[in-house]
Amino acid sequence: MITVGIDIGSITAKAAILDERQLKGTFIQGTGYDAKTAAASAFQKVLDVSGYEKQQVDFVVATGYGRKSVAFADKAITEISCHAAGAHFVNAEVRSVIDIGGQDSKAMVISPQGKVLDFAMNDKCAAGTGRFLEVMARALEVDLELLGEISLKSNAPATISSLCTVFAESEVISLIAKGEKRENIVAGIHASIGARVVAMAGRLGLKAPLMMTGGVAKNVGLVRMLEKNIGMPVEISEHAQVLGAIGAALIAQQH
Amino acid sequence: MTDQNRSSDPDREKRKIKSAKKMKEIMTEYYIEAKTAEQTGKKVAWITSGGPVEPLIAMDVIPVYPENHGAMIGASKMGVDLCEKAEQMGYSRDLCSYAMADIACAPINGGPIGGLPRPDMLVCCNNICGTVLKWYEVQARYFNVPLFILDTPICHTGFSKEAKEYVKRQLAEYFEFLEENTGRKFDFDRLEEVGKLSLEGQKMWQAVLDTTLNKPSPMSAFDAFIHLALIVTLRGTQSTVDYYKMLLDEMTERVKNGISAVPNERYRLLWDNIPIWFKTRWLSDKFASLDACLVADTYTSSWSGMMTYIDEHNFMDSLAETYTRIYLNIGVDEMAQNVLKMIDKYDVNGVVLHSNRSCKPYSLGQYDTQRIIQEKAGLPTLMIEADIVDERNFSESQIETRIDAFMEVVASR
Ligand code: SF4
Repeated sequence: MITVGIDIGSITAKAAILDERQLKGTFIQGTGYDAKTAAASAFQKVLDVSGYEKQQVDFVVATGYGRKSVAFADKAITEISCHAAGAHFVNAEVRSVIDIGGQDSKAMVISPQGKVLDFAMNDKCAAGTGRFLEVMARALEVDLELLGEISLKSNAPATISSLCTVFAESEVISLIAKGEKRENIVAGIHASIGARVVAMAGRLGLKAPLMMTGGVAKNVGLVRMLEKNIGMPVEISEHAQVLGAIGAALIAQQH
Repeated sequence: MTDQNRSSDPDREKRKIKSAKKMKEIMTEYYIEAKTAEQTGKKVAWITSGGPVEPLIAMDVIPVYPENHGAMIGASKMGVDLCEKAEQMGYSRDLCSYAMADIACAPINGGPIGGLPRPDMLVCCNNICGTVLKWYEVQARYFNVPLFILDTPICHTGFSKEAKEYVKRQLAEYFEFLEENTGRKFDFDRLEEVGKLSLEGQKMWQAVLDTTLNKPSPMSAFDAFIHLALIVTLRGTQSTVDYYKMLLDEMTERVKNGISAVPNERYRLLWDNIPIWFKTRWLSDKFASLDACLVADTYTSSWSGMMTYIDEHNFMDSLAETYTRIYLNIGVDEMAQNVLKMIDKYDVNGVVLHSNRSCKPYSLGQYDTQRIIQEKAGLPTLMIEADIVDERNFSESQIETRIDAFMEVVASR
């Protein structure tokens, strides 16, 4: 059975294709203005990279914020269940998952079968999300992808106390003006997100092993900070960013 | 979906509660009576939702509820505009939005009913929160009318003799206050009669709520949110008792005919906290589309929770305890125990908690309640961050994702 998972996030659209439980291909692109177009294009591209035809696909599950705008999907499932399924797929031992997405961050505790037992999400604001990182990277004039590496050089993380993204941004700007080293500011930003995520995840009682999914997992600086704050190692899969889409394709396999 | 094809939807039509029309009539009549009180020589008192209303009814004073007004403002989606007006008047956005909306309404006769009927006096009981103290002081100054404050100590555990004496003494002052402001002797016999009706109304209301023990349930918490109006505003009157009898009959009939609130009830949920008034329709449709019925809630049941302490044969003496030990004036542990009992009684699959930005006393202990539910009942819970009136505190797509994810968890159990 061939299935496709499409994960429409607020920043990127991801697709994954499975033949039974074999991963056949993945694709990532920007979501852009129109989620519908992004979904259609990610679908086509993942078929292209894996060499399948549309007609061969038996079931499509859409997930992520734009899950309801994927008209051609057979079903919509939330990213919470999909990330859990995806994490379980790459490592069946995993019992907790943290996903920092563009608009929100979430933590879940999962069963040995990969089902979500409980989850928590950040409250309405952008603090502790990928969007927060994006805004800060822009204020610092640093490439988003480089934040992680830069922060590793820091030995004295700056303090960012505002939870509000806009206020935190002005804190960052005044730190720049004071001549604070860039790596210390970036490390401070990571610490602030880390504290937010830990406060949210702490309520759940995370169980090891813990995996982090989503694009932000590529940021090593943030991952180290989380490990320190949570007090447990954080596993990262090479597929971290597409695990939601893989999970969606896996759930599609059950249909 | 437009309203038009909503009402022509036969399935929706079948599930509509017919008694609602009668309630609307009673409420309209009540507001007209209050609005024309000046012409009929009757007095109007504004009172907090948890305040002892029976003495007012006994003295023929028309009670008016600013909180009910707040709910109406929320439901008619006029909250944001009025909250912004209150901010312009200098009130902080952190205040309860019921208070903000009501305070902003007064000078402009705003809101869905063109402002509340003008009060002759205000009665404020702080058994629900501290916000009402300042809110009523503001309104007493604005309308230049006397204010009576009933201070009920919080009952973290139990109810002491001293607390009872303390509240009883104030109740005596309350009766004097009413004598002064109506120019009539307080009618204690009538109070006992009103007390009996109040208790009967509460019993009937609980009986209505208990029809949701049926599977599938003939009504949901969203229906209870609407039909609650009478037990709040007119408890202690015959028409409230009669209305709930009628509603109970309709519910019993629905059970007999297999008419359920939700077309395919597969999951039963419990709701905690005050409704998100501007989103009740959306939430109700959302849960129904996922085959979930909110069969009970801690909010509407708190108006019958009071009956535990009412003494039918000596209403006046039991007033102090009745009004001190209400749901929002007890400790978090007791609140959580109440939730656990309801989980058991209504046989639910999960609990939805509305973390209500406005109402601190209701929302403060919710993370503890959530933990207790998970530990003791092992049920999935969902926390929704929102507000009763102020739509600026609601993010539809985020909340939709939480509900979807929560229902995926409920369904996988
Ligand atoms: S704070 Fe809560 S109890 Fe007090 S008036 Fe507002 S909603 Fe009612």
